[in-house]
Order: sequence, then C-alpha cells, then structure tokens
Amino acid sequence: MGRFRLFLPLIAFGLLAVFLYRGLSLDPTALPSALVDKQFPDFALPTLASDVPTRRDDLIVGPALVNVWATWCYSCRVEHPFLVELAERGIPIIGLNYKDEPTKARQWLAELGDPYQHNISDTEGVLGLDLGVYGAPETYVVDGAGNIRYRHVGVVDQGVWEAHLADWFSAEE
Amino acid sequence: MSRLAVAILLALLCSHALAVIETYEFSSEFLEARYYQLSQELRCPKCQNQNIADSNAPIARDLRALLHRQLEAGASDDEILAFMVERYGEFVRYRPDVNPQTAVLWYFPVGAVGLGLLMLGLHLYRRRGATVSDAPTEAQLAGMREALDELSRGRKP
Repeated sequence: MGRFRLFLPLIAFGLLAVFLYRGLSLDPTALPSALVDKQFPDFALPTLASDVPTRRDDLIVGPALVNVWATWCYSCRVEHPFLVELAERGIPIIGLNYKDEPTKARQWLAELGDPYQHNISDTEGVLGLDLGVYGAPETYVVDGAGNIRYRHVGVVDQGVWEAHLADWFSAEE
Repeated sequence: MSRLAVAILLALLCSHALAVIETYEFSSEFLEARYYQLSQELRCPKCQNQNIADSNAPIARDLRALLHRQLEAGASDDEILAFMVERYGEFVRYRPDVNPQTAVLWYFPVGAVGLGLLMLGLHLYRRRGATVSDAPTEAQLAGMREALDELSRGRKP
C-alpha cells in the first residue's frame, strides 16, 4: 500500500496526459447534425429556376447530397469543381442556395458549371435555420426515406467523399 | 491633469457598451430581461466559445433576431430552448439538461470536490489517531507519578 501510494501522482499524470493527448487530435468544430436520423425538414421555397414555391418531396428524392452554398462563401468556390466531378459520376446533388442573391447565384452556375439537380433558393435562411446550418459550405446525406444520415461541415473533397459520403451511394456507382 | 485621467478612465469603463451589436424594441421590460438572459445562455454554433449575445457571426445575428421574434410571439423559455436544441443540438446550451451524455459535466466537479473532502477528512482522522497513540498510557502515567512522588519525598527532609 505504501509503495503504491508513491506511484499515485505518476498514474494521475499518465491518465491526464492520455486525456489531453487525445484532445489534440479531436476537431471541436465537427458537430454532428442534431437532425441525424430525422426527416429532412419540410419547406416551401422557390428554386433558382422558378419562383413558384416548391416543397421538399418534389425536390429531394434520396439518396442524394444536399449541399449548402452561397456566392459570398469563399470555400464554396474551392469545393465547386469537386461537386461538378461528383455530378458527372452520377451522384444526385441538390443545392441549397443559402442567404444569397438569386441573380448572382445563377451567374455563378453559368460560369462555373452546374452540378445541382435543383437549387433551393433560401434567401432569408429559413430552411437553413430549420436544418441547423451555421455556415456554408455544409453537405448533408439524405437517404431514400428522406432522412438525414450525415452532415459534413466544410469543403467536400476526395478525402471527405471516400471517408464519409461514398458509402451511402455505393449502390449507384 | 488628474481630471483628464479620471475622464479617460471613465471612457475606458464605458467600452463594454460597444458590445451591443444591434438593438431590439421590446413590448415589455420582462421580455427584454429574458432576451438578455437567454442570449447569454445560448452558444453560437459558429464561434464556439462565445454566446450569441457576444458573437457577431452572421448565424449569431440570425439567432438573436429569432430569439426576439419568439419572445414577442409569447414563447416560453423552455419552448425557445427546445426549438434551438432541436436544430443545433444540446451543444447550443451553455447549461445543458442533465442526461447520460452530460452527467460527467454536471457531476464530475461535485464528485471531485467530494473526493477531495473525503481524502482530507481521512487524513485528519488518521492524524488525530496518531496524537492519541502518542499520549502516555495509564501504566506509564502511574510510573511517572511514582517517580515524581519519590523525587518530592527525597527533597522533603
């Protein structure tokens, strides 16, 4: 017992070191969506193609990616070429144009290519709020039943695609 | 000169007033008080170590506007918090509910202080025991008394 007590500080230090070392490699900004395994929220919003309010079930048919983007978002420009590539591989992507000006958004798509099947135009960020969006770009995986299965905050690239997203679409490819 | 110093000091003290980013009209002071309370308690999802009252991220501004709308619409604190948690997760609350996930957060400090007190108590108890055992036993006392008696008897004549 006496000997053991001598080692207590060392053991405490060891535990603390392991705990803190683990903390170094964790990403505190990677928050799971509060909506994982829940229905994608319903909405009635215009699209970039038409001013007629359109509902969720007419636009989002899963499995699909829902990508939150805006022309004011620099990272979205970085991400865009990869989305175009994904669309060419046949992955259905639905755009959520978040707190943006539709004219600018249409111009962006004309210039850089349009990987989106549809683009929901959420100028006020209403749907963004229901989704728990806190910045663009964000990408959601919606499954065949209309449930959100995964959320990625930040740029989607080949690495992110392989690690987190591709599995949901393995049947398609 | 000292007046100038005081004036500068007072001006510095006022700087926190700049933290207010936008102002809202409230129909009652009660709502205003709740607005301040809740905006202090809700965490900004974008800048994680700030509440929505302090943050000037666009999302924090949106959440403040939403909070104002909900308060004016007559929502209760619980309803507002539930609305936020439903969208942004338990993460948005600086005072999350007690559940299995947050139990460590809530009980660890209490547990740590309890453990500390327990160890302190144990230590003090042991030390008290030690003082008791240092005290002379009844037999030793008797021996000492005898020796004293002998000494005093020897001195008397």
